[in-house]
Amino acid sequence: MPAHPSTAPSPHSSPSPAIRLAVALDGAGWHPAAWREPGADADRLFTAGYWAALVAEAEAGLLDFVTFEDSLGLQSTDPAGPDGRTDLVRGRLDAVLVAARVAPLSRHIGLVPSVVATHTEPFHVSKALATLDHVSRGRAGLRIQISERPDEVRHFGRRTAGEGAAALYGEAADHVEVVRRLWDSWEDDAEIRDVATGRFVDRAKLHYIDFEGPHFSVRGPSITPRPPQGRPPVSALASDAAAYPFLARTADIGYVTPRSADEARSAAAALPGVPHVFGELTVFLDERPAVAERRLQRLDAAHGAPYTSDARVFAGTPALLADLLLEWHGAGLTGFRLRPGVLAHDLPAITRGLVPELRRRGVFRSAYEASTLRGLLGLERPANRYAAAPAAARTPAPASA
Amino acid sequence: MSKPLKQIHLAAHFPGVNNTTVWSDPAAGSHIDFDSFVHFARTAERAKFDFLFLAEGLRLREQGGEIYDLDVVGRPDTFTVLAALAAVTEHLGLTGTINSTFNEPYEVARQFASLDHLSGGRAAWNVVTSWDAFTGENFRRGGFLPREQRYERAREFLATAHELFDAWDGGEVLADPVSGEFLRDAGAGAFAHRGEQFDISGHFNVPRSPQGRPVVFQAGDSDEGREFAAAGADAIFGRHSTLEAGRAFYADVKGRLARYGRTPDELKILPAATFVLGDTDAEARELAREVRLKQVSGATAIKYLEHVWNRDLSGYDPDGPLPDIDPDPGENTIALGRASVRLNRDPVAVAREWRELAAARGLSIRELVIETTGRQSFVGSPLTVAREIDNLVQQDAADGFILVPHLTPGGLDGFADTVVPLLQERGVFRDEYSGPTLRDHLGLAAPRTRPLAHAHH
Repeated sequence: MPAHPSTAPSPHSSPSPAIRLAVALDGAGWHPAAWREPGADADRLFTAGYWAALVAEAEAGLLDFVTFEDSLGLQSTDPAGPDGRTDLVRGRLDAVLVAARVAPLSRHIGLVPSVVATHTEPFHVSKALATLDHVSRGRAGLRIQISERPDEVRHFGRRTAGEGAAALYGEAADHVEVVRRLWDSWEDDAEIRDVATGRFVDRAKLHYIDFEGPHFSVRGPSITPRPPQGRPPVSALASDAAAYPFLARTADIGYVTPRSADEARSAAAALPGVPHVFGELTVFLDERPAVAERRLQRLDAAHGAPYTSDARVFAGTPALLADLLLEWHGAGLTGFRLRPGVLAHDLPAITRGLVPELRRRGVFRSAYEASTLRGLLGLERPANRYAAAPAAARTPAPASA
Repeated sequence: MSKPLKQIHLAAHFPGVNNTTVWSDPAAGSHIDFDSFVHFARTAERAKFDFLFLAEGLRLREQGGEIYDLDVVGRPDTFTVLAALAAVTEHLGLTGTINSTFNEPYEVARQFASLDHLSGGRAAWNVVTSWDAFTGENFRRGGFLPREQRYERAREFLATAHELFDAWDGGEVLADPVSGEFLRDAGAGAFAHRGEQFDISGHFNVPRSPQGRPVVFQAGDSDEGREFAAAGADAIFGRHSTLEAGRAFYADVKGRLARYGRTPDELKILPAATFVLGDTDAEARELAREVRLKQVSGATAIKYLEHVWNRDLSGYDPDGPLPDIDPDPGENTIALGRASVRLNRDPVAVAREWRELAAARGLSIRELVIETTGRQSFVGSPLTVAREIDNLVQQDAADGFILVPHLTPGGLDGFADTVVPLLQERGVFRDEYSGPTLRDHLGLAAPRTRPLAHAHH
């Protein structure tokens, strides 16, 4: 039997890829005119089938995970509230529910919904993500974000606007801390089903988290048993360095938006304790650079304005993008979250163009090597923080109800 | 000629965190693995049931200051598991219990509208309330709501959610690539609600879902609960599965509809019901006795008695007589996080009644608890059970039942295989779904796009 070429993976153990790849799913794509492109299926944005097809395409490309964008208000070009525009995609389904809906239809790919920490309850978020992890058998992740939008404040009406990003990031960090404690509030073997004593659980393996902070106090334990991954990976985007402290404190995966290899190097260096620092780019991919450029210009013309973004906008070939990703990878980024300019066009260009190109260069997987998102990201399953602790005396519940 | 046969509605409650679930049975599987939910949901759909139902509790139960460990503990998040189940079923309605106290209307309305889109019109909401500081300790606002305001908040919560659902009329999304109009209307989703409990405004960001609004269910037997259901719910979960009590409840609740401009068939009455099947009635009765013994262990019996006595009774022998001390009449502090505790309105009277019953029949604590709690609703051969269910529905004691099996996840299988075909033969239960949405299954019209009627405003 001939030896495998040295670049070919063993059929039994696909090595971990050097580069991790995720795609950010939102509407019909990140270009404002994407929904008008052929095949965009914009009349199906609010159906399960639309999202299932995108996730299937991403999974066929062996991507590490997909993220689902979300917000608690209508999409807008105006940070203060709705812009009243009728020519852009408006309306979104709840990202956690979309992720759960596609979970049984996929097998390997990570599913990472966005959650706004500013207006949600960490208790609800914790059990929702734990459940997403249960229904996907270990493929859940969380992208946490804050909201400074005054219109979203008015949707909830229980706080005032203008608290400032620093305060909201502080609250979001507490939010994530509560979520993670709640995931740990059940030890993995808390369910004992001991017929002899009649005990279903060992209550010594269920833990009050007793979190106290300026924005909330949460007692616990969770109502949902510990998720299969122990703690699903938490990710967050920092479009500028002001949010890096939040990433440093909170994220398993930090998304950053460098414009150059130097900026990529600075970002990676600024976040030494974050296990994965992913670069973000909006991508328009075609067989020739000029074709991609012209497509972007055509989209801009349809929209009536040039596309701008917090992230670098790349228009070119999959091979040129692979060059760029490798360069930035060399600068310290461990992976990339790509924003397809037009999902109907650029997602297949990623899965069928970029992925084979990266694989040819020996930096991307040829088969899924793990069954959980943590496994794909090379992250250990964390020990339970409470299991290691000595059996402290638990305080009884307060005797008032 | 007698009136035409009523069509029965059937639903299934995924067994939850109480002593109905016999987790010690060798046939009992996981209550948390998604496979269990898939098995259960597919059985319900195979049997052409209207919907699957999930209960919810937002804090683990405690008794005597410790987490209660004798029953199943732990369950998934309602929305998330229902969304996942939408992927493995095509017709089955997906009903989630969502608390109106420790949630905000904008977020809950978004989640239900999303679930309705993602399931193609199969979402339903069982609106429940909570006031207790015990549950509140897991949430930002804590125990902020006075007990007497819980229906007030629930009513306004539901009305607000309906305003959000109605903020889109369904015609706004054009997505026309040629004209470049994604929306027909720049004001899509606009809403403003100014009320006692909620003062919110803006734009709801989920377009109108297939059912317009999810189906709304209401649990609760109190006068306020009945009125709340009559005002705006599509179904109420009664607690009465006997003929006489059921008929009285049915007549009372249906009689309240007219004052809200509603007809009797606009509110379905669906009591929860347990069942034990056997090849013969005698075999079923024997099985039912065995199930009751598994459901009520000695330890469970003592804990149950403590709910009523509101005292530590751990020193009592479950095989001995009832305590001769009276219940502590104060606020129930021994058992926390349990809805059933709140239903024992006069514990001293209950205790007296039970002592008399135990003395008259020579019952031990455990025998008394087995005798007085959670008796199976339907026990018998499939034919007996089919006849009983049909009789109760035709006699207007219910419009159907929400079945609660005592085994996870296979507890529904026998019912689907044996009782459902008999009901179909009798011409009182569907052979096939007539439409894709839960409103279709329940025979409910599309919702009127106007705010919910207010009874007390």
